[in-house]
Amino acid sequence: MNSLWQYANPRKFNDTADKILPWIAVLSTTCLFTGLTWGAFFTPPAERFQDSVKIIYLHVPSAMMAINAWLMMLAASLIWLVRRHYVSAMAARAAAPVGIVMTLIAMVTGAIWGQPTWGTWWAWDPRLTSFLILFMFYIGYVALWSAIENDDIAADLTSILCLVGSVFAVLSRYAVNFWNQGLHQGASLSLDREKNVADVYYTPLLLCIAGFALVFIALVLLRTRTEIHARRIRSLQLRERGDDNA
Amino acid sequence: MLESGKYADLVLLSYTVSLLLLFALVAVSLWQSVRNRKKLEDIEKRIKRHD
Repeated sequence: MNSLWQYANPRKFNDTADKILPWIAVLSTTCLFTGLTWGAFFTPPAERFQDSVKIIYLHVPSAMMAINAWLMMLAASLIWLVRRHYVSAMAARAAAPVGIVMTLIAMVTGAIWGQPTWGTWWAWDPRLTSFLILFMFYIGYVALWSAIENDDIAADLTSILCLVGSVFAVLSRYAVNFWNQGLHQGASLSLDREKNVADVYYTPLLLCIAGFALVFIALVLLRTRTEIHARRIRSLQLRERGDDNA
Repeated sequence: MLESGKYADLVLLSYTVSLLLLFALVAVSLWQSVRNRKKLEDIEKRIKRHD
């Protein structure tokens, strides 16, 4: 059986990414287009939120991906720290800008939804605040990668930053449960039927979640391939400079 | 419908901002991918010629 570790080989990773990327791109576009069209045009207004409930199709999937992106970066960082496969470090680096955009979408749509629901664009609520801190961690993570020239040292330091930031990723997910206060409601999806989102919104929401998850996977594959190329460019340029000096 | 509710403008704003951010990210990622691939090919060709 083929091991997962074969993808630590950059050539194997890129070949596989080339093959599956178009399929994931088509599938993600289909899921997003169907879910958003269904949700925006063919679901009724909710009793409490009225038609602002339609923001759920962007807010919930992007918030989920903002947290999951950081957890994916955590897994990739741990693989780098333990096994020193540089493709995993590149994957973590590639995921960060996607995580930033997901966090930004979650915060912007949350603010827009908060206005009619709570009467304010922003509140220092546990979930909102932990999301803002997560956003700052993302920015710091990208900045740290850019600030260090040596890729291996940058991967080591950003991996440690990622471990620390994971506390806030988990806090963002469970902030409502931990503090049980603030404006933000609990999770929209639950196995408890009473707490789960109403049936009429459920399927388009699941489609949007699948769409956002697939967009994330497609972008991480594409950007990891780019990072692998960039690293190869840097090492070839160093070799060229070495040859010129010799 | 999206255009007929009390908060339609806010809903439309959130869809517009989100989709713009997503499209911008996809566009930048594709542009970086094409640029780096081309740059790598050029360097590899140059090194082959040197060798």
